[in-house]
Amino acid sequence: MKISINNRIAKTGVAALGISALAVAVSAHAQQTLNIVSWGGAYSMSQHEAYDKPWMEKTGDEIVNIDRSGNALAGLRAQSQAGNVTWDLVDMLPADAMIACDEGLIEPLDHDELLADAPDGTPPSEDFVDGALGDCFVASIVYSNIVAFNSEMFPEDDQPSTIEDVFDLENYPGKRALLRKPINNMEWALIADGVDREEVYAMLETEEGVQRAFDKLDTIKNEVIWWEEGAQPPQLLADQEVAFASAYNGRIFNAMVSENQPFEIIWDAQVFELDGWVVPTGKLDKVKDYLHFATDTQRLADQAQYISYGPARKSSSELVSTHAETGIEMTPHMPTYGPNFETALQKDDLFWADYNDELTQRFNAWLSQ
Amino acid sequence: MSESSAAPLRTADGVPLKVSLRRAVRRSRIKALLLVAPLLVFLIIAFVMPILEMLWRSVDNPEVSTHLPRTVSALEGWNGESLPDEAAFAALAEDLRQGQQERNLGLLSSRLNYEKSGMRSTISRTARRVGSLEPPYRESLIETNDTWGELDTWKLIKREASPYTISYYLSAIDRQLSPDGEIVKVPEHMQIHATLFWRTLWMSAVITGLTLVLGFPVAFLLANLPMRHSNLLMILVLLPFWTSLLVRTTTWIAILQSQGVLNDVMVALGVIADEARWQMIHNKMGTIIAMTHILLPFMILPLYSVMKTIPPSYMRAARSLGGKPFLSFRRVYFPLTIPGIAAGGILVFILSIGYYITPALVGGQSGRFITNYIAYHMQTSLNWGLAAAIASILLFVVIICYLVFNRLIGVDKVKLG
Amino acid sequence: MAIPSYATRGERIWHYIFLGICGLVFLFLVGPLLIIIPLSFNAEPYFTFSKEMVTFDPAGYSLRWYQDFFTSSAWLNAIKNSFIIGIASTFLATVLGTVAALGLSSRHMPARGAIMALLISPMIVPLIISAAAMFFFFSKVNLAQTYLGVILAHTALGIPFVVITVTATLSSFDTTLIRAAHSLGANPTRTFFKVVLPLVTPGVVSGALFAFITSFDEVVVVLFIAGPEQRTMPIQMWSGIREQISPTILAVATLLVLLSMLLLTTLELLRRRGERLRGLSPG
Repeated sequence: MKISINNRIAKTGVAALGISALAVAVSAHAQQTLNIVSWGGAYSMSQHEAYDKPWMEKTGDEIVNIDRSGNALAGLRAQSQAGNVTWDLVDMLPADAMIACDEGLIEPLDHDELLADAPDGTPPSEDFVDGALGDCFVASIVYSNIVAFNSEMFPEDDQPSTIEDVFDLENYPGKRALLRKPINNMEWALIADGVDREEVYAMLETEEGVQRAFDKLDTIKNEVIWWEEGAQPPQLLADQEVAFASAYNGRIFNAMVSENQPFEIIWDAQVFELDGWVVPTGKLDKVKDYLHFATDTQRLADQAQYISYGPARKSSSELVSTHAETGIEMTPHMPTYGPNFETALQKDDLFWADYNDELTQRFNAWLSQ
Repeated sequence: MSESSAAPLRTADGVPLKVSLRRAVRRSRIKALLLVAPLLVFLIIAFVMPILEMLWRSVDNPEVSTHLPRTVSALEGWNGESLPDEAAFAALAEDLRQGQQERNLGLLSSRLNYEKSGMRSTISRTARRVGSLEPPYRESLIETNDTWGELDTWKLIKREASPYTISYYLSAIDRQLSPDGEIVKVPEHMQIHATLFWRTLWMSAVITGLTLVLGFPVAFLLANLPMRHSNLLMILVLLPFWTSLLVRTTTWIAILQSQGVLNDVMVALGVIADEARWQMIHNKMGTIIAMTHILLPFMILPLYSVMKTIPPSYMRAARSLGGKPFLSFRRVYFPLTIPGIAAGGILVFILSIGYYITPALVGGQSGRFITNYIAYHMQTSLNWGLAAAIASILLFVVIICYLVFNRLIGVDKVKLG
Repeated sequence: MAIPSYATRGERIWHYIFLGICGLVFLFLVGPLLIIIPLSFNAEPYFTFSKEMVTFDPAGYSLRWYQDFFTSSAWLNAIKNSFIIGIASTFLATVLGTVAALGLSSRHMPARGAIMALLISPMIVPLIISAAAMFFFFSKVNLAQTYLGVILAHTALGIPFVVITVTATLSSFDTTLIRAAHSLGANPTRTFFKVVLPLVTPGVVSGALFAFITSFDEVVVVLFIAGPEQRTMPIQMWSGIREQISPTILAVATLLVLLSMLLLTTLELLRRRGERLRGLSPG
């Protein structure tokens, strides 16, 4: 259950406050409060454990976590328009970061200057994986959009395993929970309909491709519950409100190992992408030390002890060890792990930057029909 | 003597009484105004000006004229029949170059992308490379991105150069401007807002009808019971009225969801099979049930206050004159309750079409209202102009209902509690 | 509502059917609020009655969700914010609204209808529209994401309630009492404090209660214009319901139901007091 996580965050929060109160006495660092925006739930907890706690211990800073990444772009716009930017550091998707960067809402980053070198001295620009460093963006993790299912809801000898199965109501009946956005669903619909994954985005630029994706989605539409918050899918699966749910892989992993939920991930046609930090305009001086710390090799590796997202630094991968609570090996749960990665699709940010407005409107119209 | 009778009455200090009275009236008028003034000023600043700002936003169109000033002036004399000349392309290159330096092209590209998909990346890709482009710009821009070679792109820029636009309103009713400036329907698969306006209206009508059907007998009972009993029962009406909206919505989630109380009871009683649990929430039904519950007190209270004023002797008189119970009710009692029905009905309807929280939480996909799209465009799609336009249309509908309400009942007759 | 002695058999049956219908409607009104109370003592993290609960096994019940609520810094902070914002906006709305109501009930108030319509409008305009509008405007004038901004917004929303209740009290106010006080030698100040105020107070207090509950229960405007520091209880509930609907929410809901019972009782007592003072009921 998600609830236990919430408790834990609350408790660690209280504990951390105690620690920071102690630290006040010993640290010479000018303490400040950092307002850090992230996704909430298990993901925020992993950041809290891996970055925030050691940082607060080290500096005595207080860190306020704000769960607004789902609407981060809107928040940044509003704050910048109000001339009162209260967020100091924001965790967001590269596609949003691109728009925010074009609008001048966030700071351009000089990665080699700002970020830590790898332990062997490799500069950040070479140590981070491809696409991890944008003009205004520095990735911290590679995560994946996957579909998971509750294994109790299918016979043991006939468990779903491919994305086609998600669209197969006959053999795998039950409700599906999907993200209430065209992103991922369009891709999966086409792949399930037999489109080669290299051609998915080219196809989606054509009217036929879009229509084909919607036709495929039509076949399951009546069985879909649409979710909007990342914490919903594991909850819906746990309550057996749905048999399948699309989700961020880390949340499912967390429910599986920390809460012993009988979930399984369908790695077939996972859509992976990066996620990371941006700095609102004018906040660079305030957060640059924290950013340097939170993106170094050790911190990214540490984060992988709490959630199954791959570190965005090559040098961190070797340090990924076992899950902090249960001690299970993390590597096989990473999106980038060989067998998981075979049929993976990389989300095309440029495509979505252009077509998101139009496809979202069409998607909403389709939903309301 | 006739003179003295024509002489005006005077007060003790010799001022004509008429003048003195007028002065007194003026004084108390000014006094009254002064008492109201602070609140009036406050509301104008904190409430009226925001509404005006929103109305203004729904037509405001600064992006193109601010960020492409040179292009706009170069296009002034352009006839729109063939691609503009080199001067316009050079102006565009210069505008984009400046925008790229100042990093403020984002709003422009979002604005144009609403009208023509693909403009966002066209602008951002071009802007990134514009520093290295060489004249003639016509060729080099089209080579960078062939969207610049399309006549429609330039027509769009010229059209959106105007500081005001109706395109948000058009979009709010599923219309758009064609490249040639005619108003056309958007393709069917893109139509959404008009559907939602209709759905909001008819579902609100259903909710209003349900509250009337459920509220009428209760109001009748309350109005005809002795004070002692009716006061006690009134608490049952007022308790939900005073309970947090979120609490009431939460309880319906707990009751109606497929693993919820009602389904569990039904399964336990053997009415339905465990696999065939009713889907009562996250659809229209969820919205209708929860909102009927939430708005029911708003129907009962005005009905009650009207029924309270109908003397019971009327019914007795009708009966004694030989009317059958049903007939006497329909011909005598019911017509007298119409003001209450009108008041309650309009009140519930106004509240219902503006509801956001409950449809968002229990409406799922099919039970959403147009208000949910205002929030969606405010917070997710970030198309604030469109959000303002939809909100303005909704506001217009509400004001009409309000005026009708005011005409029929009068706001100062509204009673609370 | 007694059945008249001349009622026929059919009418009697109809009468009982009618009472049955009313009973069902009352059940519909109050039942949901009562169901959540036992649910909030569930020992399991579910939203429904467990077997142990149905058989009244004490093991099925626990206070864990209440403990969760009272030890969570997020919830406690939200309560604090709700009270800060609620009290401040209630104060402003009550002062501004009462003073304006005094003016409005003057016989010489010009354009009363129009002004009244304007003052009531925050109650009529859908919250989502007010919220969007305030978001645009407050962002421009640096009030978004501040306590002051939220307080001013809630003041605007609470004002109609104060204006309505206080003008209603004043309209039933017998002005001869003032003249009587004057003629008995009281000066205007003394008259105000000794005669007007005690009679108007119930109206003012119930208006203030309405304003407070409006602010205390308000989600939409806060959702749009508040920053993370101004996170209120309803916002905490809203995100709880949307993200992970845990029984902690039911515990909060139960507490809020108790709060509304308390408010309701207060209001009822005020109403009775008001009537007694005005001599409308024997008390």
